[in-house]
Amino acid sequence: MTALTMVRQFGEVLLAIAIAPLFTGWIAQCRAWLQSRAAPPLTQPYRMLRKLFQKDVALATHASALFRMTPYILFGAMVLVAAIIPSIATDLPFARVADAIALIGLFATARVFLSLAAMDIGTAFGSMGARRDMMIGFLAEPALLMVLFNAFLLSGSTALPSVVEASTAHSFLMDPSLLFAAVAFLMVLLAENARIPIDNPATHLELTMIHEAMALEYSARHLALVEWASDLKLFNYACIGFALFLPWGIATHGADGGLALGLAVAVLLAKLTVAGAALALIESLSAKLRIFRAPEYLAMAFLLAVLGLLVHLLLGA
Amino acid sequence: MVLGLPLLGAFLLALFGARRYAAELNAGMSFSTLVAVSFLVLRVLRHGPLLALHEQFFVDSFNVFLVALTAFVGFTTALFSRPYMRIEEQRGRLNPQRLRLYHSMYQLFMAAMFLALLTNNMGLLWVAMEAATLSTVLLVSLYRTRASLEAAWKYFILCGVGIAQALFGTILLYFAAEHVLGREGMTALLWTHLNAVKGHLEPRVLGLAFVFFLVGYGTKVGLAPLHNWLPDAHAEGPTPVSAVLSGLLLNVALYAVIRCKVLVEGSIGSYLPGHMLMGFGLLSAVLGAFFLWRQRDIKRLFAYSSIEHMGIITFAFGIGGPIANFAALLHMTVHSLTKSSIFFTAGHASQTADTQQMAGIRGLVGVSPTIGWGLMLGSIAILGMPPFGVFASEFLILTTAMREHPWTTPFLLIALGVAFAAIFRKVQPMVFGESNAPPLPHSPALAPVFVHLAIVLMLGVYIPFALAEWYRAAALLIGG
Amino acid sequence: MHPSHLTAALLKLLAASLLLISFAMLSRRRTQRLITLFAWQGAVLFMSTLLVAHSAGLRELYYSAALTLLLKVIALPWILHRLIHRLGAQWDSETLVNIPTTMLVGLGLVIFAFGLAHPISRMATTITRNTIGIALAIIFLAFLMMITRRKAVTQVIGFLAMENGLFFAATSATYGMPMVIELGIALDLLVGFFILGIFFFQIREQFDSLDLSNMEALKED
Repeated sequence: MTALTMVRQFGEVLLAIAIAPLFTGWIAQCRAWLQSRAAPPLTQPYRMLRKLFQKDVALATHASALFRMTPYILFGAMVLVAAIIPSIATDLPFARVADAIALIGLFATARVFLSLAAMDIGTAFGSMGARRDMMIGFLAEPALLMVLFNAFLLSGSTALPSVVEASTAHSFLMDPSLLFAAVAFLMVLLAENARIPIDNPATHLELTMIHEAMALEYSARHLALVEWASDLKLFNYACIGFALFLPWGIATHGADGGLALGLAVAVLLAKLTVAGAALALIESLSAKLRIFRAPEYLAMAFLLAVLGLLVHLLLGA
Repeated sequence: MVLGLPLLGAFLLALFGARRYAAELNAGMSFSTLVAVSFLVLRVLRHGPLLALHEQFFVDSFNVFLVALTAFVGFTTALFSRPYMRIEEQRGRLNPQRLRLYHSMYQLFMAAMFLALLTNNMGLLWVAMEAATLSTVLLVSLYRTRASLEAAWKYFILCGVGIAQALFGTILLYFAAEHVLGREGMTALLWTHLNAVKGHLEPRVLGLAFVFFLVGYGTKVGLAPLHNWLPDAHAEGPTPVSAVLSGLLLNVALYAVIRCKVLVEGSIGSYLPGHMLMGFGLLSAVLGAFFLWRQRDIKRLFAYSSIEHMGIITFAFGIGGPIANFAALLHMTVHSLTKSSIFFTAGHASQTADTQQMAGIRGLVGVSPTIGWGLMLGSIAILGMPPFGVFASEFLILTTAMREHPWTTPFLLIALGVAFAAIFRKVQPMVFGESNAPPLPHSPALAPVFVHLAIVLMLGVYIPFALAEWYRAAALLIGG
Repeated sequence: MHPSHLTAALLKLLAASLLLISFAMLSRRRTQRLITLFAWQGAVLFMSTLLVAHSAGLRELYYSAALTLLLKVIALPWILHRLIHRLGAQWDSETLVNIPTTMLVGLGLVIFAFGLAHPISRMATTITRNTIGIALAIIFLAFLMMITRRKAVTQVIGFLAMENGLFFAATSATYGMPMVIELGIALDLLVGFFILGIFFFQIREQFDSLDLSNMEALKED
C-alpha cells in the first residue's frame, strides 16, 4: 500500500462527503422543474446543514446516550460505506478488505441504530416510523443481496472492485441478467432511500412518513448529521448502481494516474447528473404507494433479481 | 375449384345476402361445391393421390373422404337452414343484415374448412383452422344476446389460445424439418415431403411439437379438459351452426391432429402419440357421458354427446392399426350425419316449443310427427342401437379395444351405457307425451334428416364395396 | 470484439428485455399502461427481428420486421388506445390473484419453459438459439396473464402478447416461417382483432361493462 493509494482513498471519501448533499439538491431541483415550480438553488442542502450546525441542540428530557450517539454512528457508517464503494477508482485499500456483504451489514447497522433512536424518545410517530422502516429494510435487503449476487455470479467475486474490473475488462455490453438486476436495484434504491413510491421525502403529513418520522425528534447538529447521512446513503446507492451496471470511466487498477482519476471524477459527475434527473423523472411519474402495498413492491424487486439469476443460469454464458 | 366456389359464394352472399333469395343462393352454392367435390372424389378414386398448385394442395383417400363428407353435410345444412332461419327472422330474433352476415360467414367457414382439409402445407393448415374459428365466432354470437356473446367470447379466447399452441407446434415442426429439408423451395412444411422424411426428423422436437399440436387442435376437437367452449357455442349459436360445428369442424380439427400424429409416430417410432390420443379420447368419452346427465338444454345435451363421440373417435385413432382406423373413419362419418340430423330436429323442436329447455319440450309426435320421429330415430341412431351404422363402428371399436387394450373396455362400456341411459331418458318425454304448442309457420325441411339417417342405416346394414375399399385405403394411410 | 458475438450478445439483451416487459405486464393493473407496454414489446420485437435479419442476411425477415413495426408497434396499440377511450375503459384492471403470487407462478413458468426448450436449443443452428426458451416463457406468461385477468381488454392484450411470443419463437428457432404463412398469420391476427373490437362494443351494450366476471351464466350447475 503506497501513500498514493491512501491519498486516493481519502480523496474519494472526502469527495463523497462533499458532493452527497449536492446530489440530493440536484434531484430536488429536477423535481421542481418537472413540476414547473421555481427550483430551490443547488446549494440549498448546504445552507440547511450550515444553519442546523449553528443552532443549539434541543434534547428531549429523557433522551438516552443512544439517542445522542446515533447521528455520529449513522454518519460514520455511511462514510465507511463510501470508502468501500469504488466510485472513482478500484485500487482502494478499504475496498479491498471489505466486500459487498459487509456493505449491506453497514447499511443494516445504520438502520438499526436509527430505529432504536427513534423509539428511544417514546413518541408515537417515532416508533411508527421505526417499525415501518424496519419492515421495508427487512424486505429490501434480500432483494439487494440478490441483485448483488447477479453481479457476483458474472464476475466470480464478492468484492465490488473486482466486479467493476471484471465488467470493464470483458465487454461493454450489458449481460441480459443484469437488465433484470438493474430494474430490481432501482426499485430497492427508491425504497431504501425513502423516495417516492414508498415514502415521500417532502411530506409534511406525519401519518405517511417513514424516514422523516424517525428524525422528528432530532434538532440542530444531530439533525444535520442525520440528514447528511441520508444524503450520503443515496449517493452511496447511486455509486453502487454505477459500479454494478455502468462501470465505464472508473479508473481501474494499473490505469489510475492523475489524468485517469480526473476523468473518472468527471464521468462520475456526469453519471450523477443523469441519474439524478432520471430519479426525479421516475418520482414525478409515479404515485406514492400505500404502505401495505410496499411488501408487494419489494417482493417484485426480489423476484426480478431472482429472475435475473435464473436468466443467467438458464441462458448460459 | 372446390375452394373457389364457397369463397365466391361468401362474396356473392355478402353482396346479396339481404335479399329474399339469399337462402336459396346459399344452398345453390353449397350444391355446386358438392358437385365439384364429387368430381374430385372420382378423380382421386380413379387415379390415386393428387398434388396440385406447386404441391401446395394434396388429396389422398383420407382427406378426400372428409372433403366429401364436409361438402355433403354442408349442402344439407344449407337446405335445412333455409326454413329454419326464415322462422327465426319472423320471430324477430334476426334481421336481414344479420342474415347476410350469417350466409356469407357460412360460406367462408366452408371455404376455410376445405382449405384446411386440402392443403398440403402445415402452416396453411393452421391459418385455415384459425380462419374457420374466426368465421364461426361471429356465427355463434349471431343472436347478440348475453348468453351468445358470452359463449362466443369463451369460444374465441379458448380456441384462440389453443390454436396459438398449435402454432408453436407448427414452428417446432418447421424447425425440425428445416434441418432435413432445408429452407429452399419451401418444402419444409409440406406434409408429403415431411411424410417422406419423417424417419429423419429429430424425435424429441417432434414429440414436443405433438404435445402442442394435441393441445392446440385438441381444443377445437373438444377433447376433455379443454372442452369448455363446446357446449356453450353449440347451445347459443343458431342451430345450423351447431350442426356444422358438431358435424364438420370437430372432424376437421381431428383431421389436423391425425395428420400430425402420422408424422410424429413415424419420427419417434413409438406409440406415445397413440397412447396420448387414447388417454384424451377416453377421458372425453367418460366425462362427456357423465355430463349428459346434468343437462337441461336440448342443444347442450347433444353438444356433450358430441364430446363423447369425438372422444371415442380419438380413442380409436389412438389405438391405430387398420381395423381401429377403419372403425374411427366409419364412426366419423356416421357421427357427422347423425349428429347434424339430430341438431336439425332439435332446432325445429325448440322452435316449436319456443324454448331450448328440455322440460318445456313435450309431445313432439303430436305436434309434428316428422320432427318427433326424426328426433327419436336420430337419438336411437346416435346411441348405437343395432340397425344403425353407429352400432357397427362402435362395435368394431369396442372389439378392437378389447383385443389390444383390454383395460379400457370397462371405461368405454361405462361411457356408452351412461350416455344411453341419459339421452334416452331425456328424449323419450320430449317426443311422446302431451303438448299444445302451435305448428311452425314454415314447413321445416326435414328431408336432410331422413336422408342422413337413411345413409347411417345403410352403413349399419351394408357398406358398399367401393366405400369399404375407400375406408380401408384411408385407414392404411393413417397406419399406426 | 467479433461482430457475430456482438450481435448474439445484443440479441440476448433484447430477448431479456422482452421477458422483462412480459413480467412488467403481469404486474401492471392499469389497462392503459398495459397497452403502452405492449407497444414497447412490439418495438423490441421489431429491433430483434431486424437484427436477426441483418445477421442472417434474409430478405424475408426484413419484410416481417416491417410488418411487426406496422402492425404491433403502430396500428394495434393506436387502435387499442382509441378503443379504450371510446369505451371509457381506462380504469384499473383488478387481478384475481395478488401480484407477487402471479410473479412467483411466472417464475416457475420461466423455469419450465427453459426446461422444455433445452433440447431444441441444443440442436438449433441459428445465432438466436438460446432465446427459444425466452420465447416459450413469453408465451406462457401471456397465457398466465389471460388467466389471471377478468377484463376483456386485458385478455385481448394477453392474447396479442402471446402472439408476440410465438413470432419471437419463430424468428429465433428458424429465422421465421415462410412468407406466405407469416402473411396468413398476420391476416388472421388482424381479422381476429377486429372481431374482438366489435365484440367489445357488443359486450358493453349487453352487460354495461367490460368486466368478464359478469359472464358467468354459462356453466355447469
